[in-house]
Amino acid sequence: MGNPKAFLTIDRKEAGYRPIHERKTDFGEVEQTLSNADRMLQASRCMDCGVPFCHWACPLGNKMPEYQDLLYKGKWKEAYEILNETLDFPEFTGRVCPALCEKSCVLNIDHKAVTIRENEAAVTERAWSEGWIVPNPPKKRTGHKVAVIGSGPAGLVVANRLNRMGHEVTVFEKDPFMGGLMRFGIPNFKLSKTIIDRRLALLETEGIHFVANTEVGKDITLETLKKDYSAICLAMGAGVARDLSVEGRNLKGIHLAMELLSQQNRQLMGLTLENEPITAKDKHVLVIGGGDTGSDCVGTSGRHHATQVTQIELLPQPPVGDNPQTPWPYYPNILKTSTSHEEGCERRWSLTTKRFIGKDGHVTGAEVVSVEWVKDPESGRMQMKEVGKSEIIKADLILLAMGFTQPEHEGLLDMLGVDYDPRGNVKTGRTTESSVKGVFAAGDVATGASLVVRAMASGRQMAESVNTYLAGK
Amino acid sequence: MVNYLSPLGLYDPEFEHDACGVGFVARITGERTHDIVESGLQVLENMVHRGAEGADQKTGDGAGILVQIPHEFILLQGIAVPERGHYGTGLVFFPRAKQEADLCMEMLSSIVKAEGLTLLHVRDVPVNSDILGEISRSNEPVIRQIVVTGPGKPEELERKLYIARKKVEKAAAQSILTEKRNFYIVSLSTQKMVYKGMLSSMQLRAYFPDLSHPNFTSAIALVHSRFSTNTFPTWDLAQPFRLLGHNGEINTIKGNRFWMQARESVLKSELLGNLEPLYPILQSGMSDSGSLDNMLEFLVMAGKPLPQALSMLVPDSWNDKNPIPDKLKAYYEYNSTMMEPWDGPATLLFSDGRYAGGMLDRNGLRPARYLITTDDVMIVASETGVQTFPAEKVREKGRLKPGKTLMVDTLEHRVYYDAELKETIASEHPYREWLEKNRIKLDDLSSGREVKNNLSNLKANMQAFGYTKEDIERLMIPMALEGKEPVSSMGNDTPIAVLSDKPQRLFAYFRQLFAQVTNPPIDPIREELVMSLTGFIGAHQANLLEPTADYCKVVKLKSPVITNREFDLLKNIRYKRFSSVELPMLFPAVGGTKALEKAVNSLCIKAEEAVENGHNYLILTDRGVNADLAAIPSLLAVSAVHHHLIECRKRMQIDIVVESAEPREIMHFALLFGYGASVINPYMAFAVLDDLVVRKEIQLDYETAEKHYVKSINKGLLKVLSKMGISTLRSYRGAQIFEAIGISSEVLHRYFEGTVSKVEGITLEDIARDAIVMHKAGFGVDSIKEIENKGVYSWRKDGELHAWNPETIARLQIATRTGSWEKFTEYVEAVDQKGHPIFLRDFLDFNHETAIDIDQVEPASAITKRFVTGAMSYGSISREAHEAMAIAMNIVGGKSNTGEGGEDPIRYKLRPDGTSTRSAIKQVASGRFGVTAEYLVNADEIQIKVAQGAKPGEGGQLPGYKVDEIIAKTRHSIPGISLISPPPHHDIYSIEDLAQLIFDLKNVNPQARISVKLVSESGVGTVAAGVAKAKADMILISGCEGGTGASPSSSIKHAGLPVEIGLAETQQTLVLNGLRGQVRLQTDGQLKTGRDIVISAMLGAEEFGFATSALIVLGCVMMRKCHLNTCPVGVATQNEELRKKFTGRYTYLVNFFNFLAEDVRRNLAAMGFTKLDDIVGRADLLQFVPKDDNPKMKKLDFSKLLYTLPSDSGKAIRNIKPQIHAINDVQDRSIIELAMPALEMQSPIQFTREIRNTDRTVGAMLSGEVAKRYGNDGLPNDTIICTFKGSAGQSFGAFLAKGITFRLEGDANDYLGKGLSGGRIVVVPPVGTTFDPHENIIAGNTLMYGATSGEVYINGQAGERFCVRNSGAIAVVEGAGDHCCEYMTGGRTVVLGKTGRNFAAGMSGGIAYVLDEDGDFDFFCNMQMVELSLVEDMADNRELRNLIAAHYRYTQSPKARQILDNWNEYVEKFIRVIPIEYKKVLHDEKIEAVKKKIAQVEYDY
Repeated sequence: MGNPKAFLTIDRKEAGYRPIHERKTDFGEVEQTLSNADRMLQASRCMDCGVPFCHWACPLGNKMPEYQDLLYKGKWKEAYEILNETLDFPEFTGRVCPALCEKSCVLNIDHKAVTIRENEAAVTERAWSEGWIVPNPPKKRTGHKVAVIGSGPAGLVVANRLNRMGHEVTVFEKDPFMGGLMRFGIPNFKLSKTIIDRRLALLETEGIHFVANTEVGKDITLETLKKDYSAICLAMGAGVARDLSVEGRNLKGIHLAMELLSQQNRQLMGLTLENEPITAKDKHVLVIGGGDTGSDCVGTSGRHHATQVTQIELLPQPPVGDNPQTPWPYYPNILKTSTSHEEGCERRWSLTTKRFIGKDGHVTGAEVVSVEWVKDPESGRMQMKEVGKSEIIKADLILLAMGFTQPEHEGLLDMLGVDYDPRGNVKTGRTTESSVKGVFAAGDVATGASLVVRAMASGRQMAESVNTYLAGK
Repeated sequence: MVNYLSPLGLYDPEFEHDACGVGFVARITGERTHDIVESGLQVLENMVHRGAEGADQKTGDGAGILVQIPHEFILLQGIAVPERGHYGTGLVFFPRAKQEADLCMEMLSSIVKAEGLTLLHVRDVPVNSDILGEISRSNEPVIRQIVVTGPGKPEELERKLYIARKKVEKAAAQSILTEKRNFYIVSLSTQKMVYKGMLSSMQLRAYFPDLSHPNFTSAIALVHSRFSTNTFPTWDLAQPFRLLGHNGEINTIKGNRFWMQARESVLKSELLGNLEPLYPILQSGMSDSGSLDNMLEFLVMAGKPLPQALSMLVPDSWNDKNPIPDKLKAYYEYNSTMMEPWDGPATLLFSDGRYAGGMLDRNGLRPARYLITTDDVMIVASETGVQTFPAEKVREKGRLKPGKTLMVDTLEHRVYYDAELKETIASEHPYREWLEKNRIKLDDLSSGREVKNNLSNLKANMQAFGYTKEDIERLMIPMALEGKEPVSSMGNDTPIAVLSDKPQRLFAYFRQLFAQVTNPPIDPIREELVMSLTGFIGAHQANLLEPTADYCKVVKLKSPVITNREFDLLKNIRYKRFSSVELPMLFPAVGGTKALEKAVNSLCIKAEEAVENGHNYLILTDRGVNADLAAIPSLLAVSAVHHHLIECRKRMQIDIVVESAEPREIMHFALLFGYGASVINPYMAFAVLDDLVVRKEIQLDYETAEKHYVKSINKGLLKVLSKMGISTLRSYRGAQIFEAIGISSEVLHRYFEGTVSKVEGITLEDIARDAIVMHKAGFGVDSIKEIENKGVYSWRKDGELHAWNPETIARLQIATRTGSWEKFTEYVEAVDQKGHPIFLRDFLDFNHETAIDIDQVEPASAITKRFVTGAMSYGSISREAHEAMAIAMNIVGGKSNTGEGGEDPIRYKLRPDGTSTRSAIKQVASGRFGVTAEYLVNADEIQIKVAQGAKPGEGGQLPGYKVDEIIAKTRHSIPGISLISPPPHHDIYSIEDLAQLIFDLKNVNPQARISVKLVSESGVGTVAAGVAKAKADMILISGCEGGTGASPSSSIKHAGLPVEIGLAETQQTLVLNGLRGQVRLQTDGQLKTGRDIVISAMLGAEEFGFATSALIVLGCVMMRKCHLNTCPVGVATQNEELRKKFTGRYTYLVNFFNFLAEDVRRNLAAMGFTKLDDIVGRADLLQFVPKDDNPKMKKLDFSKLLYTLPSDSGKAIRNIKPQIHAINDVQDRSIIELAMPALEMQSPIQFTREIRNTDRTVGAMLSGEVAKRYGNDGLPNDTIICTFKGSAGQSFGAFLAKGITFRLEGDANDYLGKGLSGGRIVVVPPVGTTFDPHENIIAGNTLMYGATSGEVYINGQAGERFCVRNSGAIAVVEGAGDHCCEYMTGGRTVVLGKTGRNFAAGMSGGIAYVLDEDGDFDFFCNMQMVELSLVEDMADNRELRNLIAAHYRYTQSPKARQILDNWNEYVEKFIRVIPIEYKKVLHDEKIEAVKKKIAQVEYDY
């Protein structure tokens, strides 16, 4: 397999990003690509480990050693096929996955992991451009009809898989376009929406029905759904964002991150907006929350030509490089600097927001206090302790990017009467089936907010369970 | 009383081994005197160290003597016998119980009568029972001598006696006797009789007063002393048997017995008449030697002369590399079409009362020396010096040579040498002509037909036959590309087949057996000359008793694996009315188990019909698999047919050809041959190759890929054979050198008769289910998926489970790095509660109900001292990793192991920070790299590595490019020179040899304990018992799962057994034998947690080894790339860049071992024990916890594994006393006293002493004293000069240190100068010698094995393997046997005379000069690695002359004088043998020197 000694002579080479001054002016994808020759050399660095930690770390169990080897040998098509065995839509993860695999790569002990994510994207783009990805509708139909609620990664995966198995699948989406958070959450500069459209077109040709602008329970009754479909797959995500109920929260200019991000993507798609557009132009922007969504807000604000962007986080700054608390091969909790951060932003840590300050009903700033995290000797848990003086961060646009808490219970879920787990997610067993017979749940709705790749893995599991369920009918 | 002769727990008497000392004394003139008998007894008594004693220190393993019938003595007893030759007599063992004895007597007399003979007299043989040990006395028979008379000539009477005896044996076997083997006719003959018993050599004379009677006369006395691996009272197995005294072991015995059983149907003998009543020819319950004797006796009785009968059974090697006459080759080839060799190391001494002689196996793996005196007495024995004669009385001294025979005829008063004997045999018939006219070679045939290699529906077929991506990528592609066996790393951590959830090929349930200790594996590469895959198929109706040309109507095949083209030819041969029949190995998939069973039955019946219809061979084929028909596992089909035909006595008449999609890797082929196939056509493997070529996956043309593939299979087969010490595929076929693991006895008994399985397992139902699951994967309704990676070699999420997986590796590393006990418990949890069992121990649990407080348990420090790290050489792992382990073990009080490869003396000293990198255990492996006196005296334990888990029975090679300055230095070699570790230790061919090596090492360092490392396999317990008797202090049972570093893939996966079985068998056997108290037991093999440790302890281990886990702690991530030198974490590499990536610290290991000890304490507390010692050997505390994850697991049965002797047996179950080493009275003790001034003050000293063959290892203890004081630098030259007179025992001058000179006037036995460490040894014939020293053998085999420096001058010839693995010493000798300079890596060897075959095999360094007076040296030289030239270079000329001058100076050799006097004439007759690698190194050195000079030249500018 491969070239066992390549890693000794060939260095990790990332394709890198478009120059900041250029990319900051548009919403096009920021990541660049390598030449095919370089890409193959990068793949050659895979050592075909006896214990491939990459493969272990990947929730989907992608066969990294296998497809790196094929890519190294120039067998792009076979590489795509192997990749596609475990991964339905590598063009998505190839762009937005935090690449758990690379963190666990044995070469990452030296911080020189194989560029697995980029290789994945490259193989897949080549497959699209060479026309290797063609509709492959099922040869036989089983006669079973399945409803999939939600068209994010989990929903699309389950739809795709069940369709391939010959079941007739209809995907219901409350938004006007399919894709869930990938469509309206992830900024275009990370994932161009044409990438989603391209895949959706293929899925449609293969026979999946997509029904947009339809909220089940509202636009279509649950009874109809139950009557028409043999199984219901819940994949509507964890829609409830975590809010910050402190003084001044109802001031104008304070928004949930998703409001900005989704509005931005809608704008770019040329959709008319229901509300007044949120803009960061010439504003002091404060992003509360240090995660990926926060980072997306930073990037979007920058593209709006904000005067100043500040991002604050409650937790302390993670270490740079290595974190002994999360050693290899586990996912490292270390400082991540995204392209958006590079584009300009002040990042601060260990700050808790006490209140929002406003003038004339509009926000002007936020009062924050430094905190320290200390271990509680009794419970062993880390506890927050305020230290130092409070200070005020000037802000006329505040974006709350503190994650999501649980799925929306109101509406369909409550109507179905599914049980919830202690965190408010739909409770499922190993089979992804909910407490209601014939109703399955996967992705964020069942697991809580997580990564695209986990949603996909969960969707795959759901497809297997639903198929088994249908076979027994 | 326990019956030792039937299986008990894991112990099975089937695995008994023995080895021995043998000898005979004969008066060539045939004059019968008592002094010959006396002489014979003395020979025996002088080889007492070659026999062994039982646990009671009194019982011998067996001794005996064969003499001519002492006619006068019998008359003197008042028995009115007729004249000599007209009556037969012999001893008979009767059962003690009178009733049984009477029954036996009745049987005997009635059969004698029925045969027309008269039982003239029965004499109670006087014996002296008082001297017996407890064990032998427990089963002492009543011994009577019977005298039988009858009509006819002596030859006729002899035959009648034979027939009568066979009939009595048969009647006894079928009788109601309770202890059938207690009735045993020792011998019954008109010519000779045997006295033997469960005695030690010293007891024989005292036990049988007859032997001391002055009228007890004979011209022949053949003696034997036995060293058995058990201590059980088996009087009948003492030797000599009726014709033979055998020192050695028949490795192929199982096959030989089966074939003989099958052959009985085609035998006819005019002389013996109706043979049916004599069957079985091979009496059951006998040892391998006993069976061989039965066979030999049968051939002789049927009219074959003794030497010919022997040559049929133990033929010489006759392949192209052997310099024997063509006529003889033809004879051997002819014979080989009918009879498979009885293969294994052997000194066979034989006598029928008129002739007495000896022969050696083809590889000369046992010593035998002879001497003829001026008064016509000939002595042949395992050692020289067993009888001493004044120098002037010795006419000739010599040795038996590999494959050669020597014989005395006491009637004609002459000695027959091999050439003459063989000439007679070869000339009896025109064998060459017979062959040329009848035998056809497949290679010579061709046809115009086109043969396809591809296969339609390839993927479906591949799925149906379970091909995986790994099969193709890791095995088949490397084979096709390189023509070599593929290599993997880091052992095996997947479940055994029966525990796996994945469907398995039937092949996966079998394990290869291998030789350890009791006989040596062979090096199939360097000793290719004894190996052969040649086979014949066709007419087998041969009655081997009456040779005719017809029997060679056969097809000869060079390779047993044939291509499609060859198969097509074979199928269509119509030559000489050849015909074959095809039988499909298929069954209807829907029919399940029933259908499979029916199909196999019908195959057997059809095979039987094929025989009746006169077909020459049947072709079992699985072509034709389709949606309805699934394939019968080929192994099941082959073995079922093979055994069925044996059973119905039709196996000899037909051959089995297999055309199957199933076999793809070496193990598969080995299994099919091992269970009876003659030829295999793996058509699917070829189709896969064809597909790979077409898809350009391999960039070779198909023919080349095919050739490489077949070549690698063949090479692999040779290796599999050789690891059992078997040289020819013909004797391997049907020998079933396998054991099963996880197969029910029901299946084994029915289809694989004779195969052992220890834990029960699958039934036919499971076999059928797996076959059908795989069949469905290919031909089921679901569409065919891609060929998958099933994670058998590398870990995969949905693949086979691996004990070392991301979770366990990560948790262990994090826990030990952070020193967090909490994290460690997470690791323990991941290992102990793995959900699905991987190892046998996962089925074991113990009682947690009697928990005690953990504070009551002994401290961790008491436990860590039982820990050792595995033997990993510096070379296989980096210096950083090696030293980290040593430091950690020294801190926690455990022991680290040098591994094979020496140790830098700098590590013997403490480091400035107080830590020590000294490895407490110094390993002594077959390569003997860096094994010097200094190395040995710096050990707390010296470990003899007999086998290693990942590749038991195999050698290894460190390629030259990996040998850098430092590795070369610690290994006492030269950078850039390949270092080969031979498969066997060349000084351990048998258990008594091991005893000798242990004795050697104990002498050098009396303080160190000596341990022996064995690998788990069936029979390892028996081997261990032998090792305990050989005085090892500790025995390590290694599991087959272990093994770091590179090994052939097939060995990692398919050789050896899980450690639990080997450990339990060892414990049980040692306890049963009463030997457990005197040895400690250690174990290793995937031990990971405290639970693993306590379970191992309960199964019998006192100490525990860790290798892989220790490496993981140091950063290993199980890349399994050790063989590529690309270890990305700097553990298993010498690459500077990669070593920088090493992040391990010894503190991590200290954490690890302390945590482990804590975990052990935790478990002990849970069980309610305070000390680990309290649970050692307490298998009764273990419970079998059944699991039913899959239907196969349900069928496991651990009752044998958990067997314990009743607690009141009074036998020790753990080590309670030290071994008694007999080193208190060795010569060295007094020499050391004499030499004290030299040792203490370096003042020179000289003295002279007498020496005998019983003085063994002289010089080693003295050298140890030198090394202790002065290290490897030793003393100034000639500080101690000692002259010895007489015959030196084995290992004379072993490890002799610098500054000591030993001069021996007399002769020497084997292993002289072993491990020579700078000393000088001179051997000259005694003063007064009349023969020409140049022509005579003066020293034994395997001289200077592993010598690192020093000088040896021998005025005479030496035996086989002179200078084997010499890495720096200088030697001059006047002639040498086979394999001279084998594996030599340095030093100089000068041979002033003839050499044997295979000179310089595997020689990678040093230079040899050979005087080639006959001009035929190149024929005797193995040219694989060396180059020959004349001595042209002046420097060489000078060097050679100086060496010969030194030889003359020390020995006054007339030959040396002659050469020096005529230097210019002689120098032209010398051949210089130089390894190609060494030449390059020398060349590079020269260039380097020139460059330096150039650089130093000053220039004007």
